[in-house]
Amino acid sequence: MGRIRSLLIPGVDKTLLVKDAAKLMPDLTRRRFITGGASLGALSMLTGCDVVDSSSAEDLLKHVSKFNDAVQALIFNPNTLAPTFAESAITKPFPFNAYYSEDEAPDIDGKDYRFEVSGLVENKKAWTLDELYQLPQVKQVTRHICVEGWSAIGSWTGTPLRDFLKLVGADTRAKYCWFRCAEGYTSPIDMPTALHPQTQMTFKFADEILPRAYGYPMKIRIPTKLGFKNPKYVVSMEVTNDYKGGYWEDMGYNSFSGS
Amino acid sequence: MSTITPAFEAQQEPQVVGSQKIIQPAWVRMLHWINAVAMVLMIMSGWQIYNASPLFDFVFPSSITLGGWLGGGLLWHFAAMWLLMVNGLIYLTLGVATGRFRRKLLPITVDGVIGDTRAALTGRLSHDDLSRYNYVQKLLYAGIIVVGIVIVLSGLSIWKPVQLQWLTAIFGGYDTARYVHFVAMASIVGFLIVHVALAILVPKSLRAMIIGR
Repeated sequence: MGRIRSLLIPGVDKTLLVKDAAKLMPDLTRRRFITGGASLGALSMLTGCDVVDSSSAEDLLKHVSKFNDAVQALIFNPNTLAPTFAESAITKPFPFNAYYSEDEAPDIDGKDYRFEVSGLVENKKAWTLDELYQLPQVKQVTRHICVEGWSAIGSWTGTPLRDFLKLVGADTRAKYCWFRCAEGYTSPIDMPTALHPQTQMTFKFADEILPRAYGYPMKIRIPTKLGFKNPKYVVSMEVTNDYKGGYWEDMGYNSFSGS
Repeated sequence: MSTITPAFEAQQEPQVVGSQKIIQPAWVRMLHWINAVAMVLMIMSGWQIYNASPLFDFVFPSSITLGGWLGGGLLWHFAAMWLLMVNGLIYLTLGVATGRFRRKLLPITVDGVIGDTRAALTGRLSHDDLSRYNYVQKLLYAGIIVVGIVIVLSGLSIWKPVQLQWLTAIFGGYDTARYVHFVAMASIVGFLIVHVALAILVPKSLRAMIIGR
């Protein structure tokens, strides 16, 4: 079972919504694609894709989404920092996000936890939580922006991912860091974003050990990306040149999803 | 635009073809209808996105949203945005370069707007010459261009609140920018209702936007 990071909608029944999204998506999306057929000629002029019938609308939109990945990678400035805020601006309580309820979230025993590192790295050792806690940590108070539109300001403390990548001898010319989580959630992060100074292996929220709701024992906090690109309960990282997809990315969310 | 010579301006006056003059030149017609398609796609997919995290105490019925779910709505929104932006930029460029904006939309005077509003409400507003806009039209058409610019810029500020954080700051920060984007949408929808209703009431204006005269 995968996890949905951000489907808490005020006034909307969560369960119903997830059912809608999961069950009705292929059929309903197709119907909507077809109703939108009039625009396809115009869209194809922009992208150079050959649209012969409305059934390829889905493909066309996927192509545009890939094009948007490239545009966002171009816009992404590795030196532009996400705005930071005073502690007083922190949203309380900070929302819990998932498509399951809080008591269904992964419940990880810190003593047994191992963070696996694989792929294009020199040192493939698995890290215990104690070893990870020894790494130098920094704090950030930044805005978490959900793909749904809402946002919340939180305080995260942990090790800059770029320091860890250096430590394990990762090939930073590789294209992605691909993260896997305890419940099977996955997400690929492009290397320039992985190397961004604010991209963080997070161990604490609001100066306390990361609670279960926010991804104990480790979350990857990326203030330059939408919330669903901030995996929680992270158990492994693979440095790779292959695009391995992700839980939401495979369903159609834009893969880069940069802020 | 001091660079536009009177001779050039004269060329831009309605051309006489046969016995009828061209009211809407071809480039205006083409950009208008592409914009119409792009706007409808953006609004309907935008409603789908809104429904995922409503700003107010209502959601849009699924029968009038585009995309089927949040992911689908986002795909449509971020595809149609290119159509809207590229088409809009061409329109703004040509509108300024040909002098059309200045000729058709300016000047807008308070007295003119009040006078024409009164005339419109009492049914005395003439539609004999469709190539000349009355003051209410001037105000609405100029206003909707401004709203179009605001909706694109506020949209960009929501899309890229880190990379374009200066723009997001102009709109009062991320959360406020969402409201600006929504209000701009509501203004466009309000404009659309009046615009379509009047086009139906004065069918020759609709014909002019299709075949030019």
